[in-house]
Amino acid sequence: MKEFLIGKLNLEALPHEWFTIGGTVAFIALALLVIIVLTRTKRWKWLWDEWLTSVDPKKIGIMYFIVAGVMLLRGGLDALMIWLQQALSSGSSHGYLSSDHFQQIFTAHGNIMVFFVAMAFIFGLINYIVPLQIGARDLASPFLNTLGFWLFVAGVIMVNMFFVFGGQYAATGWLAVAPLSGTQFSPGVGVDYWIWSLQISGIGTTLGAINFIMTILKMRAPGMTLRKMPLFTWGSLCSMVMAATVFPLLTATLFLMFFDRYFGAHFFTTELGGNAMMYTNLIWMWGHPEVYILMLPSFGVFSEVVSTFSRKRIASYMSNVLGMIGVSLFALSVWLHHFFTMGSSADVNAFFGVMTMIIAIPTAVLVFTWIATMHKGRIRFTTPMLWFLGFIGTFSIGGMAGVILAVPPADFQLHNSLFLVAHFHTMVIGGVLFGIFAGLTYWFPKIAGFRLNERIGRYAFWCWLSGFLLAFTPLYVLGIMGATRRLDHYDASTGYQPLFIVSLIGGLVIAAGVVLQIVQIIASVIQRKQLMDTTGDPWDGRSLEWSVASRPPSYNFTVIPQVTSRDAYWDVKQLGTLKTAYEDILVPKNTASGIYISAFAFLVGFGFVWHIVWLVVVGMIGIIACVIARTFDEHTEYTLSAAEVKKAEEAREKKTAVARVHKSLAIGEEMGLWEFIVIVVKWALDILKNKRWRTW
Amino acid sequence: MTKHKNKRSQEKPVRLLLLGLAGLGVLIMMLLQGTDITLFSPKGLIAGEEHRLTLLIVAVLLVIAVPTLSLLYFFAWKYRESNEKATYDDHTRHGNFFVFSVWAIPTVFMLVLASIMWPAAHKLAPKMAIAANAKPITIQVVAMRWKWLFIYPEQNIATINFVQVPVGTPVQFELTADETPMSSFWIPHLGGQLYAMTGHQNQLNLIADVPGDYAGRSAEINGAGFAGMTFVARASSQQGFDEWVQGVKSSPDVLTADVYGELLKPSQNNPAAFYSQAQPDLYANLLIKYSGSHGGHTEHE
Repeated sequence: MKEFLIGKLNLEALPHEWFTIGGTVAFIALALLVIIVLTRTKRWKWLWDEWLTSVDPKKIGIMYFIVAGVMLLRGGLDALMIWLQQALSSGSSHGYLSSDHFQQIFTAHGNIMVFFVAMAFIFGLINYIVPLQIGARDLASPFLNTLGFWLFVAGVIMVNMFFVFGGQYAATGWLAVAPLSGTQFSPGVGVDYWIWSLQISGIGTTLGAINFIMTILKMRAPGMTLRKMPLFTWGSLCSMVMAATVFPLLTATLFLMFFDRYFGAHFFTTELGGNAMMYTNLIWMWGHPEVYILMLPSFGVFSEVVSTFSRKRIASYMSNVLGMIGVSLFALSVWLHHFFTMGSSADVNAFFGVMTMIIAIPTAVLVFTWIATMHKGRIRFTTPMLWFLGFIGTFSIGGMAGVILAVPPADFQLHNSLFLVAHFHTMVIGGVLFGIFAGLTYWFPKIAGFRLNERIGRYAFWCWLSGFLLAFTPLYVLGIMGATRRLDHYDASTGYQPLFIVSLIGGLVIAAGVVLQIVQIIASVIQRKQLMDTTGDPWDGRSLEWSVASRPPSYNFTVIPQVTSRDAYWDVKQLGTLKTAYEDILVPKNTASGIYISAFAFLVGFGFVWHIVWLVVVGMIGIIACVIARTFDEHTEYTLSAAEVKKAEEAREKKTAVARVHKSLAIGEEMGLWEFIVIVVKWALDILKNKRWRTW
Repeated sequence: MTKHKNKRSQEKPVRLLLLGLAGLGVLIMMLLQGTDITLFSPKGLIAGEEHRLTLLIVAVLLVIAVPTLSLLYFFAWKYRESNEKATYDDHTRHGNFFVFSVWAIPTVFMLVLASIMWPAAHKLAPKMAIAANAKPITIQVVAMRWKWLFIYPEQNIATINFVQVPVGTPVQFELTADETPMSSFWIPHLGGQLYAMTGHQNQLNLIADVPGDYAGRSAEINGAGFAGMTFVARASSQQGFDEWVQGVKSSPDVLTADVYGELLKPSQNNPAAFYSQAQPDLYANLLIKYSGSHGGHTEHE
């Protein structure tokens, strides 16, 4: 009976080590705080109506950013724990973590950073920016979008579940290599959490990708042919096509592994004809393109940033576009370079080595077009541009390391070493994350209505860049010294420890950069009046997103623009203004179906993790019922009449006029770090002196 | 954010960064004083070739990367907004020649790299026998949780976490695993790694040219004892090797089926152990053990 009710769940599962208990307590305290604040300010209904059930891609984009930001802190904490263990655990000292726990932490770190930070930021940017760039009022399927987002959230909760609720996480590396991830070697629930968090969020990603492909292909403004499409949209399209291609592969692979673990099948086990090498192939057929799914939108961001801040159109647009398409095509056929060391024949290895090198060609083309764009430009060193210049340096180092690893005999010596770890962190931090930061800073005025503080932003950038170099240069060297990845302990005679300590210091500098980014956002909120973007076009931009107000209305465009050239908005600005007219607009209605379906999907996953069959059944019935109910809902849209649009537009116009006055009155420079500290201290003193908490 | 302020505020951090990078370089050099940088001090033919190949690739890459990066940062500096002497031209047309060069330059470099890589990948394939005067010896390697078992079929001895080879003699490692997730057999001083997997045999050919003790380990995560799954690879003279074999032969321990069964139980940080005899066919049975149900293809391409 007990087994029927709660499956494998038991008290043992509850957290019982100091840091898991600490994590659980901190998490619950934080959740309670949020609940209290929301209840005291009576914001529940507002939150539900305005945000959670919203189908507006702009709001969903912001929600992606928030989740990704929180997860960045969570994954960053894991990173610091890994660094600390490796800096301590030399010779007779064994650090503060058991090997099993250490392995869970780096698995969680990898999963969180790739799926729930990088992917989430990328999806957030695509959600917010792509419809604006292509002159669309909405997505092809607003419902699929909210469903995708909430499935992603269910995955986030699942991956953090072991922390709060108990059990353990996979101790297998971020891709749960077989046969290590089979029940023979990983009998606990860790790998099941891994399977279901990736499975649920992965299905969300597939749906999102299909939705964005449809949106970009079918909903562009009249006149915007594929060859006139902005480059960020191109990068997003390439990325989403790849995602729709390979994510089903992940889904299938995860199902096979689930069959192995749950029903005792033998796809990837060592026994009864199972073949773990098959798993290695399948997971990397998805895993390698996954990296480029993250990379391509970042390439797009950089193309926009370089072009805008050099005040020039992108040099050789077609080369840039073909470069991105080339990268995404070739990225699908290089997966075997992740396991040259598995023993394939020289011909197979060499073939995949050549394929990998070919990717360097379109990538180099992208770099050349950026250089040519800067040539005879007029370059403003705003923070997005700084992120770009930092990216180029780190990306070149990482790219060269990548080409070295593409040479099988060189890879035999460097594979699984910290050199490899340094390589992919260079690509994902120096490439993807710097691109995301550039994009977020660049589009922040559009998203928030005011610019970000540039001064503190520059401090954050320099911390990130120097911290990154300090943290990962030692890892390259350690790899050359023969240090493998995932070591929870090493011999003192290896001489690794000093370098691990330098690396830890680098990690702390990066952490300082993250703190500065948070400070940057708070400082910008404090000074929002003078940072206000009253024009909608703070950077002298070139594409359509800058033609609408910051923040854009829910319907994006009062008039769907007619596009005649590549730099649609730049040319409008050179030729004259946009005309205004009002028309009826069809707006999608909010829906909570996505939340319900995802909640049931979560129950299914949770039931499978703990072997609670009735919960799985309930979840599945719930999903099916919600989907059917949704198909009967015929009133998914409503019309915003021309008069209402006019009223809203005029109201906003008035508000902007007031904001303009405020902005002209607010004199003084953007605050620096010192001014920020002074303001915070004064605020705290004021609270203490006047006992302001009594009014709370 | 006036132009001039902007310019000044950017110069200082760049200088600091360059200074910091130089400092980091010096620091790392200092920390490495007296430590052996494994991959830069190869002790065998294969490791040496892999090292040389890597350096060659790096050199070719630097030929394209250094000018590209220099040009990019030079343009960033030259066409900065505050430099009023620099020309600004939004209407530059990039003609066919530009397009041709941006595609042709990296293509040429990649052709060069591929033509270096292709023969090297064949020559240095792990399976490739090493040409040498001495007759090669075979050592069978079994990855176990979490230790390495070495069986010398010709000498009929076995060891745990210790392997000795004569200098100048090609060694053919035959790798497999038993009741253990994929592991990677790696002696960085002697050459690159190869996976050891249940039911499969991989062949790794290495040779030691310089006598010494070299660290070996599993490079692929395979469970809780992963970090401690290390061994010592000792390269000695042929005479030293023969003496060592005689020494092991006088060991009281014998690798019987029972002893092997004990070894199969997971254990961590195992010390070296020596067995004067190994049960014959032990290794061959390991390959059959996993191939029973699927027609046994023990070697894969």
